[in-house]
Amino acid sequence: MNRYKNLFNHLKKKNEACFTPFIIIGDPNFEDSLSIIDILIKNGADALELGIPFSDPIADGITIQKSNLRSFSSGINVQKCFKFIQKIRIKYPNIPIGILVYANIIFNKGIKNFYSECSFTGIDSVLIPDVPLQEYKIFLKYANIFNINSIFICPPNADKNIIEKISLYGTGYIYLLSRSGVTGTKNEAILPDKKIISMLKQKSNTPLLQGFGISDTMYIKNLLKIGISGVICGSVIIEKIEKYYKKNIVMYNSIGKLVKKLKKSTILKKN
Amino acid sequence: MTLLNSYFGNFGGMYVPQILIPALYQLEDAFVSSQKDKNFLMKIKYLLKNYAGRPTPLTLCKNITKGTNTKIYLKREDLLHGGAHKTNQVIGQALLAVRMKKKEIIAETGAGQHGVATAMICSLLNLKCRIYMGKKDIQRQNLNVLRMKLMGAKIIPVSTGTQTLKDACNEALRDWSGSYEKSHYMIGTVAGPHPYPTIVKEYQKIIGKETKQQILDQEGIFPNLIIACVGGGSNAIGIFSNFIKNEQVNLIGVEPAGKGIDTGKHGAPLQNEKIGIYFGMKSAIMQNQEGQIQESWSISSGLDFPSIGPEHVFLKKNNRVKYVSITDDEAINAFVTLCKKEGIIPALESSHAIAYAIKIMNKNTKKKQIIIVNLSGRGDKDLITVENFLKNKRKLK
Repeated sequence: MNRYKNLFNHLKKKNEACFTPFIIIGDPNFEDSLSIIDILIKNGADALELGIPFSDPIADGITIQKSNLRSFSSGINVQKCFKFIQKIRIKYPNIPIGILVYANIIFNKGIKNFYSECSFTGIDSVLIPDVPLQEYKIFLKYANIFNINSIFICPPNADKNIIEKISLYGTGYIYLLSRSGVTGTKNEAILPDKKIISMLKQKSNTPLLQGFGISDTMYIKNLLKIGISGVICGSVIIEKIEKYYKKNIVMYNSIGKLVKKLKKSTILKKN
Repeated sequence: MTLLNSYFGNFGGMYVPQILIPALYQLEDAFVSSQKDKNFLMKIKYLLKNYAGRPTPLTLCKNITKGTNTKIYLKREDLLHGGAHKTNQVIGQALLAVRMKKKEIIAETGAGQHGVATAMICSLLNLKCRIYMGKKDIQRQNLNVLRMKLMGAKIIPVSTGTQTLKDACNEALRDWSGSYEKSHYMIGTVAGPHPYPTIVKEYQKIIGKETKQQILDQEGIFPNLIIACVGGGSNAIGIFSNFIKNEQVNLIGVEPAGKGIDTGKHGAPLQNEKIGIYFGMKSAIMQNQEGQIQESWSISSGLDFPSIGPEHVFLKKNNRVKYVSITDDEAINAFVTLCKKEGIIPALESSHAIAYAIKIMNKNTKKKQIIIVNLSGRGDKDLITVENFLKNKRKLK
C-alpha cells in the first residue's frame, strides 16, 4: 500500500491540495506532542511530516532549532521517536507519515538498521536535509530495499541535471523549496520558478509539495494555481507551540484554528 | 561530478543541503582554474611575502632542551602577520572570492585567529565581512574580537547550543544557505564539505615547504619528528604535507584532552574514532550513542571543536600520522615553560604540541633526535585564560 499515492488520488477527486504540517517529535513533551498530532489531523492535516530532534539542525532556522531543544529537554531520544510514530500509526493507519532526519542519526544507527526500523514502524518517507544527491546512493539503496519513499529537496537554484535526478529517484512527493536560506517565517516564501515546475512535471508524476516560510493563505492559493500539489507548514505551527506550550488548552485551540485556516486554503472547489 | 576527489579514503564528502551544492561546485571550479593561472598564483605569492611576512623562521630552542641530546625547532607561524598560520589560507580564499566576483565574506571563529585573519584580508581587499562567534568564545577571546572590529568586521554573537565554535560553524552555514549568490563562506580549517579540506590544505602547504628547506639548510638532514596541534587540523596538515612521503620522518598530531579523555570533557574525536556526518563531512566526531553531536572541551578555544578534518582520519587509518592527546594542565605547563625559558609566548593551541615534544624529550634524554614543533600562533590572546587558570591552581607567583 502506498499511502502517498492513495492520498493524492483521493485529494484529486475532492479537488483539494495536500496540507502537511511539520512538527518536531516531543515538542514540548511526548504526551503533548501526541495531542498536537490529534489536533493537526482533526483540523485537516492530510499527511504528517515529523522531525526527529537533532543537536545541530543546519537547514533549520531559530524556531525549529528551539523546538529541537524543547524536545531534548523533555527527555526525547531517537528510540522514543520511533515509539511515538508507532502510536500514531496504530491510531491513524492510513495517513502518510514522513520523517525529517539529519544524516548522522541514520549513520549512527546503521543505514540498513534505520530504514528497517522505519519500515517496521510504518513510516512512509524519509527526508535527509543534509544529504544532497551526490551522497544519496547508499541511503537510496536501503530506502528501496525497505520500500520507504525518498523525499528529495528541489531548491530554487536547481539546474537541469539536479531536476532530472530528483525526478528519477524521488518518490512519495518532491519537496520544492520556496526560497533559499533556512526554515522559518521571517523570510517570506516567493512563488516558485515556473520553468522548474514545468521541467519537474515533464520528467515525473511525483506530486510537488512546497515548503519553507509558508504561513499565508493567499500565497497558498496562488501556489496551487501554478500546479503545486500542496504545502508543508512547519515554523508557523511551531511558533504557536513556542508561544503557548505552558498553557495546553490555549496551545491546542490556537494550533487548531491555524491548521483549519491553512487547510481551508488548499480546498480548490467545494464538493 | 566534482573535478577533484571529494574523499580522503572513506572520509570527507559533501554533506550539505542541496541548495549549497552549486556554490561548492563554483568554488571548486574557481580553485581548479586558479591553480593554472600564473597571475593568480603570483598574487598569492606576493601577498604571502609582502603582506603576511613569509617565510617565517625556524627557531632552535636553546634552553628547554638543556641536559638532553634533543634539538627542538619551532616553525614560527606566530610571527606571521595576524599572529597565526591562519593568514596563509585566507589570502588564497579571499582571492578566490574576488575571482568568483563575490563581495561578501562569511566566516566563523573559535579562538578568533581565523576571524582576525579574515578581517585583515577583507579590509585589504575591500570585502564586506561578517564573522560568527560563540558568545562563550567572545568572552574568552575579547582581544581578538576588538581586533576584528577595528578592521571593520561585523561580529555576530551566537547564543545557541554550546555557544562555541561548533555553533558558530552551524550559523555560518545557515547564513550561507541564504546568501551564497553574493557571499563566500571562508572556512578556516581543513574541515567542512569538499572542496574546503583540499583548498585549505593547498594554501597551508607553504608551512611544510619552507620547513623542509630550512631544516635541510640548518641541519642537513630530515627531522625525526614533526609535531603539531590538531583542532580542525589546518596547521598540522600544512606542516605534515611536504613530509608525508618521507617515511623516516614521524608525524604526530596532538589533540586536546581537556580535563582528561576519561572525563568526556575533551576535544579529541580521534581518540574514540567514532565516525559520523557533521559540518558537511564524514569524519571522526564526538557524539553520543544516538548520534547527537556532543559538546567538546578545551582550555584553548581554537581546539574546542567536536570533529576534525577528514584527511586526518585517513592519515590515522593508514598509520602515517600518530595522534595523541595533551590535557589542559600539560598545555599550560608547556605554555609557561616556553615563556620563561625561550622568551616566546605560544598560543594555547600550539602549547599542546610543545607539551608533547617536551614529553618525548624527557622520555629519553640521551636520545639524539631532532623535533620540529609547528608553533601555529602566538599567545597574547590567551593571557587572561592562562592567568585565570593559574590563579585557580594557585600557581601564579
